[in-house]
Amino acid sequence: MANPKIMASARTLTSEGLGERLGLFLLITPAILWLGLLVILPHVEIGILSLSQRIAARVYTIGFGNYFEFLSEPIYWHTFARTALLSILVTAITLVISFPVALYIAKFAVGKSKPILFLMCLIPFWASELVRTLGWMMLLREAGVVSFLLQWAGIAGKPVEMLYSDGSLVLGLVYGGMLFMIVPLTNALESLENAQIEAGYDLGGTNFTVLRKIIIPHAMPGIVAGAIIVFMLTVGNFVTPVMLGGKNGLWFTEQIYSQFITRFNWPQGSAFGFMLLLLSTGIVWLGLRLTGQGFSETLRRT
Amino acid sequence: MSDIADLSLIAVTKRFGGIAAVDAVDFEVAQGEFFSILGPSGCGKTTLMRMIAGFESPTSGDIRIRGVSMLAVPANKRPVNMVFQSLALFPMMSVGENIGYGLACAGVSGPEAAERIARILDRVGLSGFGPRAVTQLSGGQRQRVAIARCLVLEPTLVLLDEPLGALDLKLREHMKIELKQLQSAFNTTFMYITHDQSEALVMSDRVAVMNKGRFEQVGTPRELYHNPKTSFVAGFVGDANIWSGSAAGAIAGGTRLKLATGAEVTGMGTGIDDGVRAYLRPEAIALAGSLDELSALPNRFPGTVSTVLFDGAASTLVIDAAGFPPLRATLPQAGPLAGIEAGAAVAFGFTPEALKIFPA
Amino acid sequence: MGKASLSFRLYVLAFYLFLFAPLVVVALFAFNASPFPAPPWKGFTLEWFTGTGAMFGKPGILRDPAMLTAFGNSLKIALPVTFLAIVLGTMNAFLLERREFPGKALLSIMMLWPLVIPGVILGISILAFSSRIANSLEAWLNMDLDFLRPGLFLVILGQLSFILTISTLIIGARLKKFDRSLEEAAYDLGASRLRVLLTITLPFLKPAIVGAGLVALLMSFENFNTTLILVGSDAPLPIYMYGQMREGATPALNAASFVMMLGAGLLATLVALVSSRKAE
Repeated sequence: MANPKIMASARTLTSEGLGERLGLFLLITPAILWLGLLVILPHVEIGILSLSQRIAARVYTIGFGNYFEFLSEPIYWHTFARTALLSILVTAITLVISFPVALYIAKFAVGKSKPILFLMCLIPFWASELVRTLGWMMLLREAGVVSFLLQWAGIAGKPVEMLYSDGSLVLGLVYGGMLFMIVPLTNALESLENAQIEAGYDLGGTNFTVLRKIIIPHAMPGIVAGAIIVFMLTVGNFVTPVMLGGKNGLWFTEQIYSQFITRFNWPQGSAFGFMLLLLSTGIVWLGLRLTGQGFSETLRRT
Repeated sequence: MSDIADLSLIAVTKRFGGIAAVDAVDFEVAQGEFFSILGPSGCGKTTLMRMIAGFESPTSGDIRIRGVSMLAVPANKRPVNMVFQSLALFPMMSVGENIGYGLACAGVSGPEAAERIARILDRVGLSGFGPRAVTQLSGGQRQRVAIARCLVLEPTLVLLDEPLGALDLKLREHMKIELKQLQSAFNTTFMYITHDQSEALVMSDRVAVMNKGRFEQVGTPRELYHNPKTSFVAGFVGDANIWSGSAAGAIAGGTRLKLATGAEVTGMGTGIDDGVRAYLRPEAIALAGSLDELSALPNRFPGTVSTVLFDGAASTLVIDAAGFPPLRATLPQAGPLAGIEAGAAVAFGFTPEALKIFPA
Repeated sequence: MGKASLSFRLYVLAFYLFLFAPLVVVALFAFNASPFPAPPWKGFTLEWFTGTGAMFGKPGILRDPAMLTAFGNSLKIALPVTFLAIVLGTMNAFLLERREFPGKALLSIMMLWPLVIPGVILGISILAFSSRIANSLEAWLNMDLDFLRPGLFLVILGQLSFILTISTLIIGARLKKFDRSLEEAAYDLGASRLRVLLTITLPFLKPAIVGAGLVALLMSFENFNTTLILVGSDAPLPIYMYGQMREGATPALNAASFVMMLGAGLLATLVALVSSRKAE
């Protein structure tokens, strides 16, 4: 039978006018309190804070002073630009590294190895971000495992410091983002029929053309979803830059933290917070526009 | 059997927005009766059933069970139980727990519940199935559990919403007979909803044919089949050759009808006007080798066999005849024409009573 | 598909080595009998778990009061977060799957926001907002409202703000698959609405509720960014470990990490078991 009828009737089943209203009220109240008090109003608050500039001790006026400060102080916008560019770089590297692995899991692994390989990708991400970062520190620092192995193999003559550089920072960020790339990529590639790939070869395609004309276009929704999530996570990351990054290579979240917690300059920190939100949502919006994908579907896909 | 009907509906109407899904429906179902509502999907039969079960309330009219109005009684308090189209067996419960669910709701538990569950399982032929998971049952067994779950509560009325729809053809044929036997064994009033005329005709004591929210006709399966009261019933119940034409006027023993394709025939009908539709069942057509053999029939015509559709006892011929659209006639496999081939000449005829004429 | 070439398979192998290297290293050095979490290997020890401190001058984590306090703080945060995440997540799921109301589409989009807002920003916004409320209320009521200052309560709210999205999505996905005729059947058989909810709908949702609870527990235990901003003096485990890491790594941190990994592994296994049972 027609569906709308069942739906309308389902409503009458759970309804009795007043009871219905009361039930809706009871269900909707926590949701509104949650989104209102923990998400919307707090963001309104930092929006307001970011527009209040200090003119004397404990005296504030409304203005864009905190944003001018951001633009006029090179350290701030350098950090901002650096965060944005490195995040894009990290996203690209994560994609390039993860794609073959996702392709292998989706199309080459057979039998039991397929779910096992997939689950193995998830395991490291059940461990805390902090623990993973600790692991990289132990691998990369001067007295660390890699340096030790290089000396032992005779490749390096003395301890090698690989930590506290942009290299180690990018490495850590790529590592942190990989899972969120592999899962949507694998899901997208799973749905590609082998017959399509075989037909591509059958019609005279080479590895490269099959990849470019058949596999990548099919995986596009997964690529976009993965890239967006990785980018957002990278931009908002805090632990990895603090622990693995160089002393003079700050991440923008560190600027926010130091304004808020160390310097107690909340208006400035709020302005930075808004800039970060703008960057994160702006790039995501751009990515969605360029590839014609929807926000909700993309989020749900991951 | 008491004088008061188990179920009576009085001018029940249900509107969704401006559309009447059920339009002023009146009927009564007697105690122990197997009553079916037959109609195409979207005719309002499901809405009607859901109103009786209590999942919907009518826009106007009254629903009474044994004379008591049910309008103010919620579904969980009505002496009516329903077998759902999907059966809706509770997947996380065993067979016994499914059947005991309604008993527990009614406050029956412990040894009494166990005994009633065992007894009903026995009566539906599922002795010892109590501890099984419902997912381990076959389609027919699930069906029986769904019915037992209702019957154990000894309801006044059991509603069945196309419960055979999901079964394969062979099992469906079997379950028709089984359902009918169950119903007569328990002597519980059944109200059955279906779009499958064979289910309705085989099982029911009475059938209501429903179309566009209204009852077209209520009657025994035989009445519906042989004496359809409306054009819709004639077309929906049973198979028919359907012709359109115009009535030429009443004559002794029938109505003269001129088909759109040219032939003139005699049929039966009331309220005849210009545009009419005539229904002739394939099995009401007599076949013969020559017209002479059909001299007793006012309607008799020559034709040629264009196709033989062999299907055992249900075999039919498609006949081309001047003035008629291609018509189908049942070919008795016991008769002299059983071996007839395409291209052969054939004569066909029918009584005026067999040709039902209705306003188009 | 054909077989992958040797170089392709070597690449995949290298990838998995890369994936597990940091975790293996962390686990390994938790058992190294050395005051530093670095090579060379000096022999196996459990000193960093159960030691009294006699050997390395620092007690094993199971005897370290600071570490145990941090763990206790983590529990004080994670248990309320988990409880609220499943209760409110279930309510949200019913709201989104069962009710129609104006603004529903907007509300369901808004529920996804916390997932895309960086944790640091969630933290500072909640901190700023609660401070404003505390300041105005304290002036008005003339009393201290310490729970609105950085501390366990704010950490719980901060974590809940995004964990609730996840539990809502998990439970809502399961509710979407529910066949409503089961509820109607139970109601038709004489059950009250409450009984239908308790005996039919909630048992069906149970795997998702348990799964969402385990995920919430894990995410709460491991959350760092939001917690760091909102934390007061009662530091939970990740924050305490972060402070220790800044002071210089000791194998005690490896030991704590190892225990965290074990716990996470256990929870992950439970989630996998629950969801595989759900699939039946």
